[in-house]
Amino acid sequence: MSSAMSLTGIGLVIVATIGIGLFGLRISRTTSDFYVASRAVTPRWNASAISGEYLSAASFLGVAGLVLVNGADMLWFSVGYTVGYLMLLVLVAAPLRRSGAYTLPDFAETRFQSAMVRRICSGLVVGIGTLYLLPQLRGAGLTFQTVTGAPPDVGAAVVAVIVVINVAAGGMRSITFVQAFQYWLKLTALATPIFVILIAWRSGDHQIGVLHSLQGAAAEWAEPLSTAGGRDHPLYSTYSLLLALCFGTMGLPHVLVRFYTNPDGRAARRTTVVVLALLGMFYLFPPVYAILGRSFAPDLVTGAADTVVLELPSRIFPGTTGDLLGALVAAGAFAAFLSTSSGLTVAIAGVIDQDLLRTRLTRLTGGDYLAVNSFRIAALLAMTVPYVAFRLTGALSLADTVGLAFAVAASTFCPMLVLGIWWRRMSTTGAAAGLIVGGVAASAAALINVIGAPTAGWPRALVVQPAAWTMPLAFLTVIVVSKLTPQSIPAGAARSLVRLHTPEAVNVDRNPTPLP
Amino acid sequence: MSTNTPPGPRRVRVTSPRTSAARRPTTPAGTREIDEQTRLGEVYMNSLIQSQLRLTLAVIGGTALILGSIPLLFWLVPPTRTFAILGLPLPWIILGIVVYPVVYVAARIYVRKAERIETEFTEFVGRQ
Repeated sequence: MSSAMSLTGIGLVIVATIGIGLFGLRISRTTSDFYVASRAVTPRWNASAISGEYLSAASFLGVAGLVLVNGADMLWFSVGYTVGYLMLLVLVAAPLRRSGAYTLPDFAETRFQSAMVRRICSGLVVGIGTLYLLPQLRGAGLTFQTVTGAPPDVGAAVVAVIVVINVAAGGMRSITFVQAFQYWLKLTALATPIFVILIAWRSGDHQIGVLHSLQGAAAEWAEPLSTAGGRDHPLYSTYSLLLALCFGTMGLPHVLVRFYTNPDGRAARRTTVVVLALLGMFYLFPPVYAILGRSFAPDLVTGAADTVVLELPSRIFPGTTGDLLGALVAAGAFAAFLSTSSGLTVAIAGVIDQDLLRTRLTRLTGGDYLAVNSFRIAALLAMTVPYVAFRLTGALSLADTVGLAFAVAASTFCPMLVLGIWWRRMSTTGAAAGLIVGGVAASAAALINVIGAPTAGWPRALVVQPAAWTMPLAFLTVIVVSKLTPQSIPAGAARSLVRLHTPEAVNVDRNPTPLP
Repeated sequence: MSTNTPPGPRRVRVTSPRTSAARRPTTPAGTREIDEQTRLGEVYMNSLIQSQLRLTLAVIGGTALILGSIPLLFWLVPPTRTFAILGLPLPWIILGIVVYPVVYVAARIYVRKAERIETEFTEFVGRQ
């Protein structure tokens, strides 16, 4: 791979990102602009931005890498990433928008009227966000290493610095434009090499096409439930993974922040439908890389599988064509890290700003500071923690780490949101208990994974894919504790549900506090 | 100074009440029931939430049934793991291609039905 050309591609992405960010800065004026783009982004823009933010290193590099190593079972990753939005659509999209909250802790506070539940949520946002930022930084390091041979720390540092500058400079408004641009860049970067390969194959320049690769691949690899790649209990793992991805999406902090930018509940739904189309289009391509990789880059199966997307173009087309396509793919990969990391940083920074920094700054300066500056300091803090964690932790596969973040989200925020939106008799104590039980169980599993998971059998399966037991556990905890503590059902619960479910056209009182 | 003040709007003589503009806007009965949290208001809200929830559960149930049965099918009927259509194995066709348009269509149908429920609710509680 020509590193000069790829570096140019990456450089262009960085320049475009900062350029669009600066453009956003010029029209980003108020605190509300900073957080949620003043809630005035059209469904199409917003859908591109949501998809741009959602398609992370795990989707761009990780899925192809996992399929390359483990075969057909890993196709469930991209299916789950997509179906997660269907679940989000039917369960929470419109009500969440109507809740009128900026962040998950905001939602928790207005629904449960409890500062304690809010604090638990703030902690979880930072935790899940950090767990999700980790693989982004790893992916950036990996890409930089593949392109230039520089140590992984360099690429991670580059992404960290650019994201902090961009988020601190423009906040959400500029991020919306940046993210939307990056979705289309990522799709182009991933699709173009495949089309070039198909054209070359059709015109007879190349002997081996997709079909031949798939037929020639190891039979065990092409079959589902095959335990290829050494995964035990494939049926359990498949279901557990699917559960985590389907119900974890709605609990990811950066996804929810994005939904607040819709003008109303209807727009939130319509945006989600467009997102589903955009994601479906994107996920057609990673498996093709894996299939071709089986033929053209078999050495990666036991090596750096996550780099298959980056390596493939130059393996198939030695020479300028390969270099150009390689540069395009590297640029797309960088767009993936930048966009997801930016979204996560905005979400984490928003929480740090509101719940940790603002009160302290007020005390320190006697209120003599700009709210926007507090957000900027928070953005710096939001990226520092995952970067330190990245330097400390070892190698985990990209999509596996992301899978754990999904499992934690599915076991904490999913029960809180789903039951909070649809069940009036959910009590504040129940919400707190569910968040704690689900959070502790899923985080424990994630921690064991980071430290070193058991090597085989059921213990390994249960720890690597924890959602199938942690998510029902969390739901059960909320329901049982709520039934036991009916006295702590928030007084404004009925009014909250009115607010969450009535369409904006109906003129009702939406104030969650009860009438005097 | 008082002679310099610009003349205000010209006086008009009111001869009859402006019936069309002067009336205070009245809250439709339905929304008032909801605002005052009467038994009837609760019934309105419950019916809205119940019908939305039924729709949601139908989508989740359908998804669980279809998606959930795919691994089971591969598990119970091993030939489906290798069965090929046009040279492509069935699992790759289903999980790599077919899933996405199906999910998209399901989402479209859901949104149409959810919006219809909301429109009906809006019309119902907005009636005098």
